[in-house]
Formats: sequence, C-alpha cells, structure tokens
Amino acid sequence: MSKSFNIEKIRRDFPILHEKIRGKPLVYLDSAATSQKPQVVIEALKHYYQTENSNIHRGVHYLSGVATRAYEGARAKVQHFLNAQSLREIIFVRGTTEAINLVAQSYGRTKVKKGDEIIISAMEHHSNIVPWQMLCEQTGALLKVIPINNEGELLMEAYEKMLSEKTRLVSIAHISNALGSINPVKKMIEIAHRHGVPVLVDGAQAVPHRPVDVQELDCDFYAFSGHKLFAPTGVGVLYGKEKFLNAMPPYQGGGDMISAVTFEKTTYNVLPYKFEAGTPNIAGVIGLGIAIDYVHSVGLDQIAPYENDLLHEATQRLLEIPGVRIIGTAREKASVISFIMEGAHPHDIGTILDQEGVAIRTGHHCAMPLMDRFHIPATARASLAFYNTQEEIDLLVKSLHHVKEVLGV
Amino acid sequence: MSDLHDLYQEVILDHNKQPRNFKKLEDATQSAEGYNPLCGDRLTIYLHMEGDVIREIGFEGSGCAISKASASVMTTCVKGQSKSRVEALFEKFHEMVTGHSDIQKVSAEVGKLAVFSGVSEFPMRVKCATLAWHTLRAALQGKKDFAPVSTEDES
Repeated sequence: MSKSFNIEKIRRDFPILHEKIRGKPLVYLDSAATSQKPQVVIEALKHYYQTENSNIHRGVHYLSGVATRAYEGARAKVQHFLNAQSLREIIFVRGTTEAINLVAQSYGRTKVKKGDEIIISAMEHHSNIVPWQMLCEQTGALLKVIPINNEGELLMEAYEKMLSEKTRLVSIAHISNALGSINPVKKMIEIAHRHGVPVLVDGAQAVPHRPVDVQELDCDFYAFSGHKLFAPTGVGVLYGKEKFLNAMPPYQGGGDMISAVTFEKTTYNVLPYKFEAGTPNIAGVIGLGIAIDYVHSVGLDQIAPYENDLLHEATQRLLEIPGVRIIGTAREKASVISFIMEGAHPHDIGTILDQEGVAIRTGHHCAMPLMDRFHIPATARASLAFYNTQEEIDLLVKSLHHVKEVLGV
Repeated sequence: MSDLHDLYQEVILDHNKQPRNFKKLEDATQSAEGYNPLCGDRLTIYLHMEGDVIREIGFEGSGCAISKASASVMTTCVKGQSKSRVEALFEKFHEMVTGHSDIQKVSAEVGKLAVFSGVSEFPMRVKCATLAWHTLRAALQGKKDFAPVSTEDES
C-alpha cells in the first residue's frame, strides 16, 4: 500500500461509512453503482441553498452573480480535471446516460444515415447500447458489436476489421462496470482516427479511479457521471471537441440555450450554453466541483495504486473460497469483482451479505447482453473505492463463508 | 441471524436443490413464461388441464433459491386443484409474503406454503416468491403467444 495514503483520515471524511446497518458497521462495496459522498460535498449543497441559492446567467442581483460564478467555477474545475482545451468543451448534463443520448441524437441524427454503421462493444452498459439502437431505428443505420474473449477483453483484430468507410462513430466504455476490464481506448481511438471515425468514451467507471486526459487520449467525446465521482446525483459531464460541438444542433430547446428568440427565428447561444437548456442542477454542479477538489486532495495518482492493491488482495481471497468463479479476468482491471458461487444464486448472496452489513450489487448490472455472453443470468459484484479497506475485504470473505452455511452449499 | 433462517428454511433449501415437477410437460395444454427484469429470474410453467382442474404441472427456468423453491412448492400444492382454488390460495399467499395479514392465522390456511412466511421480513424478495404464481395465473388464462408476465406488471 502506498505510504502517504491516509485511509483513516479518508474514512473520517465520509460520514455514511460510520453508519450501522442492522446493528453492524456498513461495509460499502457498491461504489460502481454510486459512490458515497464526503462531508465537504454534503456541506457544499447546504451552503449553496442556505446562502447562495439563485438562478444563474440571468439576474443582475447579487445572489445571481454569486451562483453564476460558483457554477462557472465548477466548469473550470472540470476542464482542468479532464485537461480539456477550453471551457466551451464542457457541457453539464444529468449524467453519462444523458451525455450519450445527446451525442446520439444531436451528432447522430445529423451525421448518420441509412446503411451507416456505429460500433460499440459486447461489454457496454445499457446506456451505451440503447441510445444507439434508437438512433439506428430512426436512421436505418446498423449497430456493430466488438466481441470479447472469455477473460473479458476486447478482440482488437475484430475491431480493426469492423471499421470501414461506413463507420460513423465508435462508442466504447473506458472501464467496464460489470467486469472491471480497462479497455485500450487510446489505441482504439488512434485506429478509429486512421479511418477518420470519431470516438465517444463512456468514462463513468474510469474517472473515480484514475486520471483522465482527454487531449492525451485524443477522444472526440468523453462522458461521465458526478454521482460515481463522490458528487451528488443528477449531474454529469459531456466533453466534446469544439469542432464537433459547434457543428452539432442543440439537443433540447429552452431558456439559456438561446441568444435571441422571435416567433420567426431563434438564434442559438454559443458553446457550451447551446447544450444547456433550462435551469440546470446548479447545486449539483457546484457539488461536483467540490468533489473534484476533494479527489485532488486525496491525490489522483495515489488512488489507482491503493485500489489495485485492494483489488489484487480481494481477488486472491475470493478465489480461495471453494466454488467461487470470477467473471472478468482481464489483465488490465480496475476496482470491480464480479463473481458467481456454485449453488448460490447472486440474489441470495446479496440478501445474506446484507444481513451482515455488507452492501454489494447483484443482478445483470445493466449489461444483459454481457450476461448472455457468459451464459449466466446474473453475478454478484463487489466494487471498490479508495475509502475501502483490507478489513472490509476480510468481512466480505467471512460473509461469503456464511452464505455457504445458510444455503448449505 | 434468526431472520435469515426464517427466510432460508430447510424446506426451501431442499426444494431449491431438488425442485419437484422440474420438467417440461410434452402434452401441456397451456403454458406461460415469467420474468423478473430486476434480477433476471426466468421461468416457464406448463399445465395440463382437464376442464377446470390442473391435472399435471411442470416448470423450468433459473432463479434464486426463493423463486425456485416457491415454484417447486407451488406445483405440489396446486396439482389436482381447480382454478378458483388456485386463485384463493394465491390471494392468501400474497397476503402472507407481503405482510398484509396475521401470519399465524394465514399460515394455518395455506398449508405447506407457510414456509414462505419469512419472506415478509424481506420486502425486496417478495417478487422472487410471487414470480411463479404470477406466471401460473397467466398460464391458467391459457392465451397462446402470451407475452412473458413480468413481476413489474404487479400493482
């Protein structure tokens, strides 16, 4: 474990980690579903509503100015966090799902036509499948799916062969929510660009675990959700290269996204406001800015090594339990352990662990095609964040032995 | 821990490991497919009806211990019963697992289905216990090409 990583202090920063569940300390191993929030983020919401609440980009009054500066300040923090070239490239949305729908409908509806192809992969979350299926239905385009091997790694040769002059976009998860596989997105973007094809990266599972540099990746779009990054729910980010965003029509119409409206014609606002119709989640955006500050204070470069040690240890310990099989054994993996246990359905595992205060996710993880690929209906999934500890892994393992006792397997 | 053992009673674990009537009926007169989209549990119920009476019943599918055992125990309870008797049993069973009835009283009325009374302490597992019953009711309606009945259709 890295020496300067002060886990005791970090755990003190998250009030919910000191809650008792059914009289037992909470062991929260479901951060891939949503992360817990540090006190500073909770306080930021309260502070905003108690002292700054006002609508942005509108009033000339004092509070409107304060709220606007706080909101736009968060945009600058996101720009720095992703190393985007410009503030105009940072669009606030509700979450990764909305970001992908925005690109599918705005970019897709104008650039994709009958017979064109969109490439995704076999390990995508439903939010990176369904928006493209909808687009294909609307336009007559085809959805192509990059296959994976039994370890849960993309077959890169198949991917290269799939790209053609018909391909309009590649949309790919940076890290799989169900398997933990880290996809070689930089290489995939390079290959796509050789064919002149833009790439959207679904970064929902990546940003909480490692530094992301959109210029270094050279991705054309990058999407993530605040709530998985220790920020409030209902806020997320779409990064897009300015040349694409400029050429795209608005996704929704309304206030704030216009510069002039008459009944005859409306002139749209400049970037990024063109894509932010209506009053946004102001408190959520401010909370996201504070969450990013918090992640920087923990140290982005420290998080991955700490979590990797934890992941490695947890993997070893789980494999020592007879009958446990891990689904997703990619060489490059992050913070997610999906597993099945002989004789115990994931749903039963989830209920029994819950009685011990251990919170895991069970089910198809919004990746039903992926479950079909592995011929399983569901898995149990323990997912880690930097606030998890060795002791919690011990409790997970102990509880899994208890599952075997209760179910008699 | 007593709660967990109320849920995972010996009878339930036994039916989970060795489900009764776990087979496709080749001469089924009607069937239905049930699905719980929240957890991916799926099952198919096959019926061979003689008039209003279930002469033979079988089921297939995959699911958690509760859903599998519930389907298995259900098949043993409804074989030889009339439609209206099945409806009455389901109503009592539903009351019991959702905690809307006096457990002692209703347990006496549902016979061996009483082993599922512990489910009422686990609201998130009620749908596991009722999936087989919803599917049975759809099968009893006997429609061909019936869309899978979903636990999410439950009001």
